[in-house]
Amino acid sequence: MTVEWGWFPDHAGELTRLTADHLATAVPAVLFGLLIALPLAVLAHRVRPLRGFVLGASNILYTIPSLAFFVLLLPVTGLTRTTAITGLTAYTLVVLVRNTVEGLDAVPERVREASKAMGTRPLRTLLTVELPLALPVIMAGVRVATVMSISLVSVASYIGYGGLGQLFTDGFQRNFPTPVIAGVALTLLLALAADALLVTVQRLCTPWRRGTPRSAPKLWKRA
Amino acid sequence: MIKFDAVSKRYPNGTTAVDDLSLDLPEGGVTVLVGSSGCGKTTTLRMVNRMVEPTSGTISVGGRNVLEADAAELRRGIGYVIQQSGLFPHRTVLDNIATVPLLLGWGRRKARARAAELLELVGLPADTSKRYPHQLSGGQQQRVGVARALAADPPVLLMDEPFGAVDPVVRTQLQNELLRLQEELRKTVVFVTHDIDEAVRLGDRIAVFRTGGRLVQCAEPAELLARPADDFVADFLGAERGLKLLSLTTLADVPHAPGRAIRADEPVGAIGRDGGRWRLVTSPRGEPLGWLDTDALPAGGTAGEAELAAVRPLRDTDSLLSALNEAVSSPAGAVARVTADGVLTGVTSRDAIHDRAGRSHADATRAAAPAAPSRTTAEKTRTTTEKPHEPAGEGVTPDDPAPDDPGPEAAAPAERPA
Repeated sequence: MTVEWGWFPDHAGELTRLTADHLATAVPAVLFGLLIALPLAVLAHRVRPLRGFVLGASNILYTIPSLAFFVLLLPVTGLTRTTAITGLTAYTLVVLVRNTVEGLDAVPERVREASKAMGTRPLRTLLTVELPLALPVIMAGVRVATVMSISLVSVASYIGYGGLGQLFTDGFQRNFPTPVIAGVALTLLLALAADALLVTVQRLCTPWRRGTPRSAPKLWKRA
Repeated sequence: MIKFDAVSKRYPNGTTAVDDLSLDLPEGGVTVLVGSSGCGKTTTLRMVNRMVEPTSGTISVGGRNVLEADAAELRRGIGYVIQQSGLFPHRTVLDNIATVPLLLGWGRRKARARAAELLELVGLPADTSKRYPHQLSGGQQQRVGVARALAADPPVLLMDEPFGAVDPVVRTQLQNELLRLQEELRKTVVFVTHDIDEAVRLGDRIAVFRTGGRLVQCAEPAELLARPADDFVADFLGAERGLKLLSLTTLADVPHAPGRAIRADEPVGAIGRDGGRWRLVTSPRGEPLGWLDTDALPAGGTAGEAELAAVRPLRDTDSLLSALNEAVSSPAGAVARVTADGVLTGVTSRDAIHDRAGRSHADATRAAAPAAPSRTTAEKTRTTTEKPHEPAGEGVTPDDPAPDDPGPEAAAPAERPA
């Protein structure tokens, strides 16, 4: 298997387009995932009986094979980007909901109590105390969800929205490995870059944790 | 200022946390609620700002029924300090203190300016303002907790075992700071502790609770120690309650004889043999340095160069208890008395201290209940009419369900300085 380096400059435009396309599927998936996961997790955290149901439901979504998922969605959303994004969003939920619930659980009870005792109403406590304190765990989930989405986008090439994954189909069909290798390498780079970006964002958002050893599992020592 | 009227708190599982409590807390005084775990003292405290709702009865603060108030607004008007501070780990010290002013809509600038004032008031250096709670020591965190509670200048301050998680040295410092602040601010303070010594130090009045949420006795410390209402209270106060009583009396009216002190720069050869075996050596300014044994004088040199036995000089504000302690440990059997500046005023003998201690104790015990001096706003001593059913001591069972009082171990792990 040899890489034909000459292929790259000829296809620079296509690679850029596919990378942008890749992100245009992966990023909205994570954002929509967060939009759905946050209220669900808050609900699961506050209303104990709902907790098992919410966590269980997000787990079940995750167990549906990705290909089957797209097939199931096709009659509803057709061969569109919406189908790709919807499928990926469903997959991000499992880690986003779970991490958000765990992050909220980890907020020390006496801090919650203190907030209440100072005269802070529940919504304000959630927004200004609980969510900020849960942020490191939530962000750990966002990082996993992002990396996962970026790698899963290629599956959507079956419906034409695979981003860099289109290179795999292209390469396999023509028995020409260079685009496959390019696709793998770029997907990997994209995942690493996105993760580094998120670590930086997290550090900027949680100034109180700087210089402390305890933090969410890190792929990078420093951003 | 705070009035409990027939207040009870029962939990669905049948536990009674507080049982028919009627208590009137005077304005501007420190009332300490004491008792063992599960006696309802924390529940009582938390009902004042509706962190716990009573099952029956009414509670009013400043004449206003708390149950009719909006809970969040009520809480903004009542300072609250909890064990292990409960500071917000994600906010700087300054923003932690500014919490309630911000909730009250003061605006960020004014709230922070006020927070900076309070930082100084509780004795923290200005450079701590930008730090995060985990970067502070336990004692500093607790000071921030007090500052946060005082930020909006509430008339009432609730303190739930605020100094329970710090080491004894820091705890004493914090207690002194609280007394100093209280001298200045005159808040109505409700303070929960299980440490009777802390209660005696801080309280203008002490309310003793027993398991089952019953108030047994509420009285001024001296009266409580001298005349506990029943065996339960006596047992709770401990075997040394006579000594604790002495900790409440100061040395001020104990006479002292002019001490014939030796200045540190006097040569030992010049010391006369007529002043008793042990003589005090003072600095040229008059500060006691130690006791000199005139039976074992060195061959030469000055008194200051000789070996001296340690002395801990006492001021008029020190307690009879510390005087007794010093008299026992001093080789001369006497204590050195000094002015507020530390200059020797004289010496009091062990016997004189003993006499005064005995008299002080007798006075306190003899004082008949009706003639009890009402030093704080008159609230009659409330005593349960019944004697405890079980032998004293049994009421202190630690295995009580204690829904209100999880104890220090049950609390979330402390934020330790990195």
